[in-house]
Amino acid sequence: MTTMETSKNMSTSNILPTTNVASLEARGIHAWFGSHHVLSDINLDFAPSTVTALIGPSGCGKSTFIRTLNRMHEFIPGAAMAGEVLLDGKDVYAPGTDVTKIRLKIGMVFQKPNPFPSMSIGENVLSGLKLAQLKVANKDDLLEECLERAGLWKEVKDRLNAHGGSLSGGQQQRLCIARALAVSPQVLVMDEPCSALDPGSTLKVEETISQLKASMTIIIVTHNMQQAARVSDYTAFFLSDGGPGQMIEYAPTSDIFSRPQDQRTENYVTGRFG
Amino acid sequence: MTIIEVKPTKPWAATPADRFRDIVILLGAIVASFLFVAATPMKGKLAYFFTFFFFYMCATAGYKLVTRGNMAARDALVSSVVSIGAVATLIPIISILATVVSKGVKGLHWSLFTTDMSLATPTDPIVAGGLLHAITGTITLVVLSLIISVPIGILTALYMTEIKGRLIGPIRFLVQAMSGVPSIVAGLFILSSVLYPITKAYSGFMGVLALSILMIPTIARTSEEVLNLIPNDLREAGVALGGTQWRTVAMIVLPAAKSGLVTAMILGVARIAGETAPLLLLTGGGDRVNPNPFDGPMGSLPYYIWKSFNAGSPEAITRAWAGLLVLVLLVLILFTAARMLGGKKK
Repeated sequence: MTTMETSKNMSTSNILPTTNVASLEARGIHAWFGSHHVLSDINLDFAPSTVTALIGPSGCGKSTFIRTLNRMHEFIPGAAMAGEVLLDGKDVYAPGTDVTKIRLKIGMVFQKPNPFPSMSIGENVLSGLKLAQLKVANKDDLLEECLERAGLWKEVKDRLNAHGGSLSGGQQQRLCIARALAVSPQVLVMDEPCSALDPGSTLKVEETISQLKASMTIIIVTHNMQQAARVSDYTAFFLSDGGPGQMIEYAPTSDIFSRPQDQRTENYVTGRFG
Repeated sequence: MTIIEVKPTKPWAATPADRFRDIVILLGAIVASFLFVAATPMKGKLAYFFTFFFFYMCATAGYKLVTRGNMAARDALVSSVVSIGAVATLIPIISILATVVSKGVKGLHWSLFTTDMSLATPTDPIVAGGLLHAITGTITLVVLSLIISVPIGILTALYMTEIKGRLIGPIRFLVQAMSGVPSIVAGLFILSSVLYPITKAYSGFMGVLALSILMIPTIARTSEEVLNLIPNDLREAGVALGGTQWRTVAMIVLPAAKSGLVTAMILGVARIAGETAPLLLLTGGGDRVNPNPFDGPMGSLPYYIWKSFNAGSPEAITRAWAGLLVLVLLVLILFTAARMLGGKKK
């Protein structure tokens, strides 16, 4: 990494970046596990500073789709894919692309909270800097800022040296969000971040998402339709009819929930599915 | 308004009456086994053990069958089998420790830890000479074996769990085959492949090479099992934060597995600490403190014990027991230290 890029990273870490929000475009994404075709021809544009919710029943390929976006899909043995993912117009699968840089720019929050067990709360938040070998001018400021933005600062500011595992499930998930924010991603993908959380923690995570929207493009997979309606600007409905998962409908969230174009979407969002 | 005081109770726990009945059954089984052995031509401790086991099992199971029914009787039957099994396992351990301590204490004296055997002969009184050469030798051998085996063993495990390369099958097979290699074979291998053709002299390092052959598979296998227990979530989280695979392993996977990896090291030390056969072939077993593992014969506790028992005089045999006791204590200290260093700090 050149010095210029390093200093750019430093500046974006400590102030909310509003200028380098990236757009993300998925072009003809297919995915396979072994010979099993799980995802077919997904085309989706994610505009800068928007929240897009992906909804659909279990097993329709939503998680697989978002894992193709930040190249986590290839982490699973037997995985294969086709198509392009354009981050600010550049294909993340282009030959010679540094995959670690892609994952740095497209951060991820997992379904299950997974703080690093050998690290304290503070070390967990800053772990991305060490993993990716980034430098920041003021670690304490960054730590506070990330925890503040994840809505966790007030609860943990007096015990930053405590073990990450000592937090409740909801706090752990917000810790994982803070951890993802510390490397200032341009895009944040979240795989059912609230599925293991109580309503109070869910609300806090949703508030966090609304605040983060200004500084990054957010893609969230959720099974909670109210959540999709509350937090997202656009919604995509995925469905598998026994074959590979497909995108049935994509529209502004209010349209999906008030006047869906496809009968299957209407059945799903009104709970009459299946 | 009256306040009703509620006392905490444990309705599921055994009452004193229950305990009394259990003790009566236990004593009854002991008495019955004595009477039975006296009345029949059976003799010896084993006879008491097995008749007691039989009577106790029947009595508890019968009592539960009458009072609580079929399920409780089966529970009592299995419980007595399990507890007898536990006792049968503990007896040899306690017996060994008790024998080593009672016989070894007679040979303990302070100069054991400050002098070596270079000026004493096996028939000298026990206060002459000491174990210093053997203690330093064993510590040197163990530490050098650890320095060689821990990196190789853990890297082998990482290859199998993290890299998952093409050679994983053959390597796992070799590691398993190597963990079954008899120690004398490891000794002979180093003797014929290094000592005779290259160095042509006994030294501590020859012993270290043979001990490493024994230690590496133990560490590699245990580390592999430990690393497989680390949830894949953590590896994914590390990679998703922009870490390379190597940095994710070094910063997240290995620290998370730390206490298990210490256990792997402890098992490796346990495998070699009392190993005698390769040391007889390779180290030369001197009677003088030798701090240089690369030159000259090096003593060790197992070698010293073997040599003293072979000398045969009463003083030498006392020395051998003292050496055994010191070896047991040394291993205990090593294990405790490793546990304290590697235990979970938070």
